[in-house]
Amino acid sequence: MHVMKRAIVAVAAAALVPAFAAAQDAPLKIGVVSFLSGAAAGPFGVPARNGAEIMFEMLNAGKVPAPYATKGFGGAPLQMNLVDESGGTTVQVTEFRNMVQRDNVDLIIGYISSGSCLGIAPVAEELKKLTVFFDCGTPRIFEEKSYKYVFRTASTATMDSVGAALYVKDLKKGKIKTIAGLNQNYAWGQDSWKDFEASMKNLTPGVKVATSQMPKLFAGQYNAEISTILGAKADVVHSSFWDGDLEAFILQAGPRGLFKRSTVILTTGETAMYKLADRIPDGVVIGARGPYGPFAPDNELNQWFSKTFQDRYGVPPNYAAYQMAQAILGTKAAWERAQAANGGKRPDTDQVIAAFERLTFISPGGKVEMAIGGGHQAITETAYGVSRKVKGKMTVANVKRYPAEMVNPPDGVKAEDWIANGFKK
Amino acid sequence: MRPDRTPLTLLLIGAAILAVGPFAPQWTLFLLTVALAKGLVVLGLMMLLRCGLVSFGQALYYCLGAYAAGMLGRLYEVSGVFTLMLAGMATSAFVAFVLGFLLARYRSIFFGLLSLAISMILYGLLVKTEALGSSDGFNVLPSTLFGWRPADEWVRYSVLAVAAGVAVIAALAVHRYLGTPLGRLAPAIKDNEIRVEYMGASARQAVHVKYVIAAALAGLGGALAATTVGHIDPEMAYWTTSGEFIFITILAGTGSVIAPFLGALIFGIIQTVAFDISPNTWQMVLGASLLAVIVFLPRGLWSLFRRRKAA
Repeated sequence: MHVMKRAIVAVAAAALVPAFAAAQDAPLKIGVVSFLSGAAAGPFGVPARNGAEIMFEMLNAGKVPAPYATKGFGGAPLQMNLVDESGGTTVQVTEFRNMVQRDNVDLIIGYISSGSCLGIAPVAEELKKLTVFFDCGTPRIFEEKSYKYVFRTASTATMDSVGAALYVKDLKKGKIKTIAGLNQNYAWGQDSWKDFEASMKNLTPGVKVATSQMPKLFAGQYNAEISTILGAKADVVHSSFWDGDLEAFILQAGPRGLFKRSTVILTTGETAMYKLADRIPDGVVIGARGPYGPFAPDNELNQWFSKTFQDRYGVPPNYAAYQMAQAILGTKAAWERAQAANGGKRPDTDQVIAAFERLTFISPGGKVEMAIGGGHQAITETAYGVSRKVKGKMTVANVKRYPAEMVNPPDGVKAEDWIANGFKK
Repeated sequence: MRPDRTPLTLLLIGAAILAVGPFAPQWTLFLLTVALAKGLVVLGLMMLLRCGLVSFGQALYYCLGAYAAGMLGRLYEVSGVFTLMLAGMATSAFVAFVLGFLLARYRSIFFGLLSLAISMILYGLLVKTEALGSSDGFNVLPSTLFGWRPADEWVRYSVLAVAAGVAVIAALAVHRYLGTPLGRLAPAIKDNEIRVEYMGASARQAVHVKYVIAAALAGLGGALAATTVGHIDPEMAYWTTSGEFIFITILAGTGSVIAPFLGALIFGIIQTVAFDISPNTWQMVLGASLLAVIVFLPRGLWSLFRRRKAA
């Protein structure tokens, strides 16, 4: 009898404890999705995962500078549920559902590939799970549909192309007669070039396209394309190449003098600039998909982030790591705002969403405004600069910054139409 | 002669899925539906493998079926799940009928590589087509059942029920076909084609017919996958997708029409467990499990059931 009683008490206590703990300090389970294998792992996926690891650890320890000094999200510690982004959309949708319905994660932060983001967004909506995209570039996500549960804390790829066009126009003081492109033949390359070409035609009327080369993804050999571009004698050469392709292009184009003949702009050049410091001559235009890495503002948050990352991993954080940190901090800001509005109690998903929409927050990359896509899509300023070696170390010089409203379309306007209509506000 | 128990087993499995479905967790319903869609493709591959033919490009028909279903929704807002599956099946079968005149002449590695090349052509075309979202693909409309859309919490079950029904019918049909004279030619073609010709049968014609059936099944699977996942992209035609289907075929074995679905389910489970326990090295877990099957069960998972029966 006595044993029976004790058992009942134990069961009752066990039943009560989780209910009690869930109120405030129960850990938050966050699904983190990033490329851990495949071509996109090296330049983006792994740095982003490292960024997430540092942020989770430091937030849980309460070591992040103001305004993010509270532990975890509003006091609740964070738990990471890491998932690889490779394997294709079917696998990603399956794993997303597993995270939500099997592992019961509270929210999900992730996705680098635009294909993954397009595939995941409707599922997040179906499962009513807060999902924050940190890196993927396509503007289609919030242009084709509107979502309640989906947010993106990084600017779209439109900003990269418009910023690139503004920068080369400033750099060459408008004296541009011909442009050329070298982009991979898949969605990212096609969209990047399309936006850059349209922006250039708008900014410097009369500009001609000398050639647009679209080799297939991961082709590796670009000598034929480089010959064509050299022969076309373009003033400006635009490329959105990344990782292996970017490195191959730099190695193959350097000895043939392409960088001397034309102003070459590498919109994701930042991911390769330290690795190939010896191969990139001075004067190549380099971008980082926003105010990240060498373009990040000199504030306390950024000093802390770049130092902590450098100390741990031995390399400076690249833009993917910055974007991951930005997504985590943005979600934290929304979460804590919702918690404050909820009288200090743990907010529910709807409350976090209400706080997230049109939120303005600070990240190591500066100010982020959830201004477009109905308040679900971030806009940030962007910056470009040219490579310059100082005592053998790669730096960027002649940095120009462009405010967010100048390089991002207004709310409710499609990026393509906005560029075509001459960037009307 | 032992009575044929396959049809009854198939019907029982189908009924079991329908009965257990409402009580199973939602994520398992999705996993099972995807496994059934892939199982349909593998069912076709198994038929070809029985003739000794390995198609390294079955993803071509999987992708065609998916895009046919997706395009119907995108252009004409058709969302009826059976219409979409019929469209996927018909598109793939038609393309296979045309290509079959070429492919049915080839055997072994030539057949494999030629089919691979054609699927990569489709991949290349889709990636270059910006109107269809290029490599990012596009969302597929939520499907309906004769104009009716079930309540949110019943959508997964309804899709699974449709998938299970279709899979059982397809498996029964293939099982029946394998019992016909034309179907029984498969092992003969594999063993000695000249003898088949001397018997008065046309090996080329038999291969052509099987190729079309396999493609129709892949198209059906593709359309089902498209409506289940809700998004399609050109990677469905990429060679790694074909490789995955062959992986499942080897894992499953060619012993029965049930094997492909079992193989696809086991594959899905291994993959999702691997994703969960080792996010950094899940491919290694998958590879190791295939190696283990090849070493210990050279005739695939199905041989487990065989052995028990013999004993």
